[in-house]
Amino acid sequence: MDKFTVLNALVAPMDRANVDTDAIIPKQFLKSIKRSGFGPNLFDSWRYLDHGEPGMDNSKRPLNPDFVLNQSRYQGAQILIARKNFGCGSSREHAPWALLDYGFRCVIAPSFGDIFYNNSFKNGLLPIRLSESEVDRLFYEVASFPGYKLIVDLQQQTVANADRSVVFGFEIDAFRKHCLVNGLDEIGLTLAHADKIRAFESRREQMFPWYFR
Amino acid sequence: MAQTLYDKLWDSHVVHVEEDGTALLYIDRHLVHEVTSPQAYEGLKLAGRKPWRISSVVATADHNTPTQDWHLGIAGIADPISRLQIETLDANMREYGAKAYFPFLDKRQGIVHVIGPEQGATLPGMTVVCGDSHTSTHGAFGCLAHGIGTSEVEHVLATQCLVQKKMKNMRVTVDGVLPRGVTGRDIVLAIIARIGTAGGTGYAIEFAGSAIRALSMEGRMTVCNMAIEAGARAGMVAVDDTTIEYLKGRTFSPTGPEWDAAVVYWRTLKSDPGAKFDHEVVLNAAEISPQVSWGTSPEMVVAVDATVPDPDKEKDATRREGMERALQYMDLKPGTPIQDIKLDKVFIGSCTNSRIEDLRAAAAVAKGRRVAASIKVAMVVPGSGLVKAQAEKEGLDKIFRDAGFQWREPGCSMCLAMNADRLEPGERCASTSNRNFEGRQGDGGRTHLVSPAMAAAAAIEGHFVDIRTWR
Repeated sequence: MDKFTVLNALVAPMDRANVDTDAIIPKQFLKSIKRSGFGPNLFDSWRYLDHGEPGMDNSKRPLNPDFVLNQSRYQGAQILIARKNFGCGSSREHAPWALLDYGFRCVIAPSFGDIFYNNSFKNGLLPIRLSESEVDRLFYEVASFPGYKLIVDLQQQTVANADRSVVFGFEIDAFRKHCLVNGLDEIGLTLAHADKIRAFESRREQMFPWYFR
Repeated sequence: MAQTLYDKLWDSHVVHVEEDGTALLYIDRHLVHEVTSPQAYEGLKLAGRKPWRISSVVATADHNTPTQDWHLGIAGIADPISRLQIETLDANMREYGAKAYFPFLDKRQGIVHVIGPEQGATLPGMTVVCGDSHTSTHGAFGCLAHGIGTSEVEHVLATQCLVQKKMKNMRVTVDGVLPRGVTGRDIVLAIIARIGTAGGTGYAIEFAGSAIRALSMEGRMTVCNMAIEAGARAGMVAVDDTTIEYLKGRTFSPTGPEWDAAVVYWRTLKSDPGAKFDHEVVLNAAEISPQVSWGTSPEMVVAVDATVPDPDKEKDATRREGMERALQYMDLKPGTPIQDIKLDKVFIGSCTNSRIEDLRAAAAVAKGRRVAASIKVAMVVPGSGLVKAQAEKEGLDKIFRDAGFQWREPGCSMCLAMNADRLEPGERCASTSNRNFEGRQGDGGRTHLVSPAMAAAAAIEGHFVDIRTWR
């Protein structure tokens, strides 16, 4: 997994609440048995005017000019700001895979679907919770200033604009931060506790053998 | 100290805790299906790792499987990518093994959240995970069950543990007696309408109260299933006689002295008197009406005798825009009576409402009647092969067929339209599934979430009717 330290990047606004994972990556694209290649189908049914299916040449499909990510000023954005409950719905990890494959490294919203929030960390996508009023301020700024960038500093736990007239702090679990900053493989970390797991398992099997049949 | 059910389940599975409270939680049961597992098995293989305990794994193919023409076998799956996913699961099961695998075409195959409980593979006191958000269903058995992503599927395969932060406790108490025709499905939709789709975010919800106690296991599973639609990864119900009766004699339930010992333990799986909840919600069952969703989020729900709400009356700007967008997508006008909404298709199925009790409720409505001529397709998709067999034994298939419903093979089907069952653009559907998101049942499709009896009655009339007073 790529390390996440400081991200200084263009911001795109997604001014909707309850953006669900079905919208982030529609189900027809879940049939892939790979982790990559979902970027061209991120927000597929909002982004294109036709119906998308796996295997199509997406570069030839008609784009929806009204969809925010199709506007030229947001090309190359790596930070997405959104309204509350972003990533609600299905557990599909294809949602963070698609956001990352498209180029996003960070999503900022007042709240996230719990499973999406978890899944993001496992892939090096940083979900940041800010208050509704702070997110409001970011929506205002991104609309007002073309080329608007934010600097996300994970070590300092801050989101700031270029002249630091806006600086918001955010909360993150220490363990998640540690894994993200160092790009650690979580399975490897857990297996360092293998003896503890085995000991727990054998105690549990003695007490409750019926769970182990 | 007095503990909640969730506290007890959490404490009994903690292997290790980091300084910041992040814990390693031991996983008893890992349910696997074809859509969220291939990348996990691939990751395992690339890292040269082996599954920690294959006796924890119960697997089936459900999301992609067709609901027709099973006599054609796997060749009957027209979409080659769907077929590849099912074949990949077959290959992974051959290579790595499982406690039980119910492949496509097996008579016990079905929706993973139907077959787990049906086989007794879901037991009280367990931690149950699956790469599917509706894993919350299994909490109906007094276990800690929630959906995980594919990285976590791989993590559980490799370590038998999950890295977790403890959630907060919420209790939703529903006391009183449900009116005739009102079901567990209506209870949970009414709860979501009350607390919103993010109301349960960060919480484990325990459903309690006399109306929940009075539900069958099927009804409790329906309620817990949709906890995730309220934002809560896990929903649960305390163990009681209903739980224990259901489990007796199931394939993987314990037997003999082990059964007796298990029951003694399982009876402790309830919140202690005086246990503290971070948030409490109370509903009166007698005031719950049959619910119908009108929009594109499960919180956009009203009673069947209400009208489509007016965004102009909503003060919050983001919410108002959401309502306007939903009404446009759903092609509905504010003030339209719900019962005037005409339908094109009806879907009875999904991990929410495809169990035998659901099919009995729908069949009771359909019996001796005919699906309206204006309905293009009304389909019944049983949750599993065993549900289907039971329904056929009771003659429910004949009732449905005689009434003009299609009687299909089991699977997830048109709940998420990964197989060939889907809505066409603009089509409007009464559905017993769990999500009315844009495009969920097919691009441009319009979903109204309702109970099985409400869906069946809507099929007969061609529009929604109030099941409490209908005929």
